[in-house]
Amino acid sequence: MNIDFTGEELAFRDEVRNFIKQKFPADIREKIQNSIQLEKDDLVRWQKILYEKGWAAANWPVEYGGTGWTSVQKHIFANEAGQAGCPEVVAFGMKMVAPVIYNFGNEEQKQRFLPDILASNVWWCQGYSEPNAGSDLASLKTTAVRDGDEYIVNGTKTWTTLAQYADWIFCLVRTGPPEQKNQIAISFLLIDMKESSITVSPIYTLDGHPEVNEVRFHNVRVPVANRIGEEGQGWTYAKLLLTHERTNIARVAASKQKMEKVKKQAAQTSDSSEALSENNAFAMKMAEVEIELLALEYTELRTLSAISTGQAPGPESSILKIKGTEVGQAIDELLVEIAGYYSLPFVKDQFMSGFDGLPIGPGAAANSAPRYFNNRKTSIFGGSNEIQKNIICKAVLGL
Amino acid sequence: MDFKLSEEQQMLQDSVARFIAQDYEFDKREKIVASEDGYSKDNWQLFADLGWLMVPFSEDVGGLGGSAIDLMLVMQEFGKGMVVEPFLASAVLAGGLVAEAGSDPQKEEILTALIEGGLQLAFAYNEPQSRYNLADVATTAELHGDHYVVNGHKAVVLNGKAADQFVISVRTAGTRRDHDGISLLLVDAQTQGLSRHGYATVDGHQAAEVNLENVKVPVSALLGTAGKALPVIEKVIDRTTVALCAEAVGAMESAYKKTVEYTQTRKQFGVPIGSFQALQHRMADMFIECEQARSILQMAAMQLDGNNGVAPKAVSAAKSRVGKAARLIGQEAVQLHGGIGVTQELDVGHLFKRLTTIQFMFGSTDFHTQRFIQHAKTV
Repeated sequence: MNIDFTGEELAFRDEVRNFIKQKFPADIREKIQNSIQLEKDDLVRWQKILYEKGWAAANWPVEYGGTGWTSVQKHIFANEAGQAGCPEVVAFGMKMVAPVIYNFGNEEQKQRFLPDILASNVWWCQGYSEPNAGSDLASLKTTAVRDGDEYIVNGTKTWTTLAQYADWIFCLVRTGPPEQKNQIAISFLLIDMKESSITVSPIYTLDGHPEVNEVRFHNVRVPVANRIGEEGQGWTYAKLLLTHERTNIARVAASKQKMEKVKKQAAQTSDSSEALSENNAFAMKMAEVEIELLALEYTELRTLSAISTGQAPGPESSILKIKGTEVGQAIDELLVEIAGYYSLPFVKDQFMSGFDGLPIGPGAAANSAPRYFNNRKTSIFGGSNEIQKNIICKAVLGL
Repeated sequence: MDFKLSEEQQMLQDSVARFIAQDYEFDKREKIVASEDGYSKDNWQLFADLGWLMVPFSEDVGGLGGSAIDLMLVMQEFGKGMVVEPFLASAVLAGGLVAEAGSDPQKEEILTALIEGGLQLAFAYNEPQSRYNLADVATTAELHGDHYVVNGHKAVVLNGKAADQFVISVRTAGTRRDHDGISLLLVDAQTQGLSRHGYATVDGHQAAEVNLENVKVPVSALLGTAGKALPVIEKVIDRTTVALCAEAVGAMESAYKKTVEYTQTRKQFGVPIGSFQALQHRMADMFIECEQARSILQMAAMQLDGNNGVAPKAVSAAKSRVGKAARLIGQEAVQLHGGIGVTQELDVGHLFKRLTTIQFMFGSTDFHTQRFIQHAKTV
């Protein structure tokens, strides 16, 4: 075991650092520094820059355009990108559906879908949850009934993040009868969002933004060729995807960035007679979160290292989901506490580009509570943290 | 950067694990704890014969290399078995000071005997008033010609009961909390004026109060430079702290696994209590705490072996996080065992005790959180 970077690793770090310095667009950097919400174009533009460099898909196999990076290189890239304030790659296409396609899709599907995902030409969204299928995801009711070369899809998906931007949706649908066991009744379908019989309606989250949606399917015809793998095996594929989703979800680099922000702001905020960072009670709270994050960083490194030696991301990835979201939420809470009174104002669109009203409060103080409210979602989505504990109990502890 | 163990490290870990599983079962440990010495001299000799006493030391003094990772591997296994032989106090801590500060002849003489199993050491640094402040040394050593005259009281000296020789921190200059002016002396336990009162500790280990009354110590017994011992002490205590954290991680792993096992066999309301989700999620939390503690332990151990110079910050992060986990896992292990958990009969209560004392050795959880804050400012 050795903590020091090798010469090659140091050279790679410098390469990443220089690349970001030269290529990361200044306007996006500025938005991030001022906590302005990024738009679709910002995210796609940065991903295309990464694509040009061949760095869009850190985790894909090289044959499909992945980077072939070691676990340490992935760590270095995430850290450097995080430190420079680069947005993370949007997960739905690159990190969620792509692994299912290259693991279980046929040749034609790989050629049809992967290049556009890699080049960020197509925006994907995830059609898993339903109004009555949340933590009990396998109880989903959206049906896909076979009609010749097509399925006819009916049902409702919900909590569909950024579906308003999406060109395609990947869905879990029921192809077997309701009484059939989930393991053989669920299939994995790719559906073109241009279909006129799909309706997308926004759901406003606690920060006042339409981040998620309800997506309704009414007799949507989907070619059988859009089914990944075997009919009835979708649940198995989805479970694999969910483990990938969990390893992505620790968000260590992003939290490290936010933690730096916390420390800086605490030092600039006065607190009765001195800076808030000098207030022992607050300093202890900050340190505890920082230490938890440090432990999480090494839990992530250990997990990545195990994956790189050929082990699949196991149930341990549930730790990353639980701790990653807890740390992220704790940091959001610290930011609200630092903002103090200025956590109260809610000025709609103050943190959207093009805002021309009177900005309230110092920096992003007035954005602290909306972010805190919004991020309560993280311990709920992707399999709630309680579901993660069930997974640990069953798969690790044997309970 | 890599997380793989070398073949030698894997073998070392396996050999200690085998000893714990086969020769250090709970009832054997209890007999050792109840014995006159409070540790097994046979086991100690075995540790020497198997080369484990070489682990803390570099090759030039007859050790195995002195890697913090090697030490971590040994201590994790010791933690699982709640080993009471004074490996940490004698070899890692007191031996570590000799290795760090001693002259070549001192190292040769002391460490050779230690590694061969023929010598017990203890580091007498703590005082009744000093708490965790290593600079708070009121014990004085006045120079009179070619010897020092030492006076003072050293508190809760780990392995103080069995020690053949003491490494003692003394003030040769300055006042009570000054960083400068602290020195280390190597003192034979039989020296006139040195008296000790040995006792058992709540976790089955041994310690002593050591009184020094006009103890004459030759100048040649100085370890390192007079007045400049504090950085040496801090460095060796940091190393020992990481070793202790490793012991805690081993004990935590043992505690959560024993708890899982127990809840699968204990039946109430006609079913194993492990089938209740209210208990299952608490065991998931214990597992998560243990893994987070393991991660930060590995970080700190690698940091000690690395060359980035941020070790004290890393050590305090680890001790703080491990302490938090040790508290939760120790308390939950007892709670989930129910009544049998609060008896001396079952090992789990003893794991709880050790996980408790670990929180208060070499700086408490809060102490290290504060120290982390101080070091975060300077790094």
